[in-house]
Amino acid sequence: MGQWRDFDWYLLGLVLLVCLLGVVEIYTSTHGTRLAGASLRQLAYIVMALGVMFLLSRISYHRWLAVSHWLYGACLLALVGVLAVGQSIFHSRRWIPILGVHLQVSEFAKLVIIVVVARYCSELRRVTWLDIVRLGTLVGLPMVLVALEPDLGTALTYAPIAAVGLFLGGLSWRQGVALLLLAMLVLPLGWHELKPYQKARLENFMNPSTDPLGRGYQLLQSKIAVGSGGFWGQGQGRGTQVQGAFLPVSQADFIAAAFAEERGLVGVAVLLGLYFLILMRLLADARTAPDRAGTLLVVGVAVLLAFHILVNLGMVVGFMPVTGIPLPFMSSGGSSLLFLFAALGVVMNVHMRRLVN
Amino acid sequence: MKAPQDNISGARLMVLQALVLALLSALGYGFWRLQIVHHAYYSRLARENHIRLEPIPAPRGLIVDRYGRPIVDNRPAFEALLERNLMRGRQADLPAIARGLELDPEAVRLQVEAAAHWPDFTPLIIKRGLSLADIAFIDSHRDRYPELRTLMVTRRLYPPDGLASAMLGYVGIANQRQTLRWHLAPDTVVGKAGLEQFYNRYLMGTAGAERLAVNSRGRIMEQLSAIPPKRGRTLRLTIDNDLQIAAEAALGQRSGAIVALDPRNGQVLAMASRPSFNPNDFVHGIPAPEWRKLLTNPDHPLLNKAIQAQLAPGSVFKLIVAAAGLERGVAQNLTVNCQGGAEFYGHYYKCWYWAEKHKVHGITRIRKAIAESCDTYFYTLGNDLGIQTIAHYAQGFGLGRRTGIDLPHESAGLVPTPAWKMRRFHQPWWSGETISVAIGQGPITATPLQIAHAVGGILESGRLMRPHLAFNGEVPAAEHAPITEPRELNFPLQANTVQTIEQGMARVVQPGGTAASAQLENVDFGGKTGSAQTVSETFFKKSGGQRKFLDNAWFVGAYPLSDPRIVICVLYEHGAQGYYAARIAAQVIASYIAEEKAPVQLKAAWKWTQPGRRGASHPQRLAWVSQPWAAQPRGQARRLWSIQAMPTAAAEEPRRRWHEGKSSES
Repeated sequence: MGQWRDFDWYLLGLVLLVCLLGVVEIYTSTHGTRLAGASLRQLAYIVMALGVMFLLSRISYHRWLAVSHWLYGACLLALVGVLAVGQSIFHSRRWIPILGVHLQVSEFAKLVIIVVVARYCSELRRVTWLDIVRLGTLVGLPMVLVALEPDLGTALTYAPIAAVGLFLGGLSWRQGVALLLLAMLVLPLGWHELKPYQKARLENFMNPSTDPLGRGYQLLQSKIAVGSGGFWGQGQGRGTQVQGAFLPVSQADFIAAAFAEERGLVGVAVLLGLYFLILMRLLADARTAPDRAGTLLVVGVAVLLAFHILVNLGMVVGFMPVTGIPLPFMSSGGSSLLFLFAALGVVMNVHMRRLVN
Repeated sequence: MKAPQDNISGARLMVLQALVLALLSALGYGFWRLQIVHHAYYSRLARENHIRLEPIPAPRGLIVDRYGRPIVDNRPAFEALLERNLMRGRQADLPAIARGLELDPEAVRLQVEAAAHWPDFTPLIIKRGLSLADIAFIDSHRDRYPELRTLMVTRRLYPPDGLASAMLGYVGIANQRQTLRWHLAPDTVVGKAGLEQFYNRYLMGTAGAERLAVNSRGRIMEQLSAIPPKRGRTLRLTIDNDLQIAAEAALGQRSGAIVALDPRNGQVLAMASRPSFNPNDFVHGIPAPEWRKLLTNPDHPLLNKAIQAQLAPGSVFKLIVAAAGLERGVAQNLTVNCQGGAEFYGHYYKCWYWAEKHKVHGITRIRKAIAESCDTYFYTLGNDLGIQTIAHYAQGFGLGRRTGIDLPHESAGLVPTPAWKMRRFHQPWWSGETISVAIGQGPITATPLQIAHAVGGILESGRLMRPHLAFNGEVPAAEHAPITEPRELNFPLQANTVQTIEQGMARVVQPGGTAASAQLENVDFGGKTGSAQTVSETFFKKSGGQRKFLDNAWFVGAYPLSDPRIVICVLYEHGAQGYYAARIAAQVIASYIAEEKAPVQLKAAWKWTQPGRRGASHPQRLAWVSQPWAAQPRGQARRLWSIQAMPTAAAEEPRRRWHEGKSSES
């Protein structure tokens, strides 16, 4: 069974370490609350997600590329379906109930975008402006649909996948600079299209202390949690921000703040180190991929991870506005884990087919 | 398989690697900045987040009388709380709870709504000062309304029926200015009037505090540390509770004031002002209509008339004019033939004897002039002395300025002089005004305390001791409120002067004197009456003789007259005749004498460390001592002094007419 030997055990080990940190943190921040048991549920999700990963790793990634247009079509349909019949939670429609599990279609769309971008860019040799517009439209359509849910944070995660795809596909420096300038022009226009709560989030991000009990409350409490952790941390289960329930959603979006409060900068360094190794390993896998599409697939997953890490940790330390983007492999939640491990499954398949000299 | 050269550019992949490194470094910097650079700042914020400082109120010091018997005590009171964290889905209970506690359901609902944004674990007080029925209701519905709970707090307990209330004052929640200036915990109780205000700093104590760890919903997780409160010091007064009760009872339902003090040292033995208010009503907040009633009552129940009623002293002022005349060597040799009045500066001034009874005093010398209060004599004496001399002596005896008693808002009264008139009205003094001032009318005003102080000073040969209420000496300094030593004013008088005035005062309560009916058998008691006009005679007649325009009755007396241990001043507002005030004074003095005859060793046996122990042989007194006011059956407490209460002014009307018919009274 050479297949098991060719598995990227190193990458899987790193990922499972991060998962473990997450489960422990979920346990300490939810025990004694009505969310107690979330850590066990998280373990179950991890086991389920591992199964999905192993299944997907058996499927050749070329199969995905071959059916990418079908995947894309199904994805668009599902997104429209969510808008039409999806369940409304917290005033946004993101979930459709499948098999009793509330699956977030926008998570599924991330994978589809990765496949579509890989397929499109692998066929490029030189990037023309027409390519940019076509890929932009391909990625832009689901982005708009997700943004309409409204879930702007998730929608934005699609853009860097496309951007990096184009970059690796052979984007010229001139085109890159032009695209950057264009983005800077479009951003202020986009401001007008934001929902009031989205604007408020951004405004509060600029100055959280002015409204500590309002929208800036979460950000400020997060910074207090991180800052009070200090070098060594408060110790497991002893962070007052988490235990006193001052830190909101400390088991999900703000799990890194809870972790930083309990483990201090030492723990954060370990966590960042693990993420660094994971990302570097993914990029190494991308380099040894048998073809352009394989490289693009793996890089797409890496970019997705990196963007999530940037936005989530950036939010926790106050660099970024508050968004609903979870921290990969750590935040509690089934959808996110499932699709992350599904993506890893594809990566594993690429790894197994690597060029070894 | 595609050819290797077909692969993605390795350089671009390296760019991505560099990007990842930069990105994670930036995030690492973000954590380092918060956790290392600004660690202290965020640690402080975290502490403030979860540590709450809860004040522990200090028990307020007691106020006890000169023998250590409590006058103002503390007692437990109960408040009804709603545990708001248990109220989820229990809104339907509110009307029933409100009905059970006799509250307005709508008001309770509004209160709960107003508290909606409070942290969950902050309870809401819906009723203070629970009755026994309320407590029973809460106890018996413990299972039905788990969110309803009682809380025990300490409340001030004042004597019933407004006894001494004007002097004691009352407490309330500190205003913002006091809270800031004295660094008080929020909702600290401070003295708002009277002794409670004057000695607030000593009575208040120091609040303690407990540091509590709470969560974001306000639930207390643990007590981190606690500083115990320091209870307030006990304030021991010079007041004799028995005499205070006697004074209040003697005034009864009348409007007026009584001050009794020991002229030898300035100790105030009793200070009553009536009508009064019940400070216990203020403890839980007084309802607005009750408050308005107090404010608009024409008899000013909120005033301490003993120190705040600035009124013309009337004939009691003659004692001071007499002292001035004797000191100047004028009065000894002055003989006036009173024919019902005399003319000065082209205006005829009537003597009260002629005006009221159409009688004349005839040949009058100083002692008779005091005993029978002959106006004609004092018109003449005052005219001879002149306003400057009268003012000099009046001021010498402390009139026209505050005595400096340890109470807030004392009034100064007024001693008119030509300089004052020029300053005030830009007019020169008119000699005719001196004639009025000589009998205590006109612009001159004084408080009952000032009169008692001044006359006490005269009888002590010009040694005036500052009146005070806080007992000093013999008590460990830490145990009571320290006060300044009694201040002594010296205005020495000749022995003859004092003797002559004493003789005159003694004759006042003898047959022929103005207050013969106030005589006490075989007791060396005497004084001076006064009936001060409140309006002019013509106006009084026009008004149809309404009570509010009747003369104020005054009396200042001393016992024993030869070497006074107590000087008493009675103001009976609109009492019409001085002898009514004199009888009130005689009643108080009689009770003082009965008090003095109580076994001496009982008083000597009293120890500060055992406040309230005066011996078991005096059952009635023991009842006062061993039980706080509220613990006594209310009827009994009331009876203690209402038994002796005399009928009101209105009920006295027939007797007054009867007295007016008889000449023996004058």
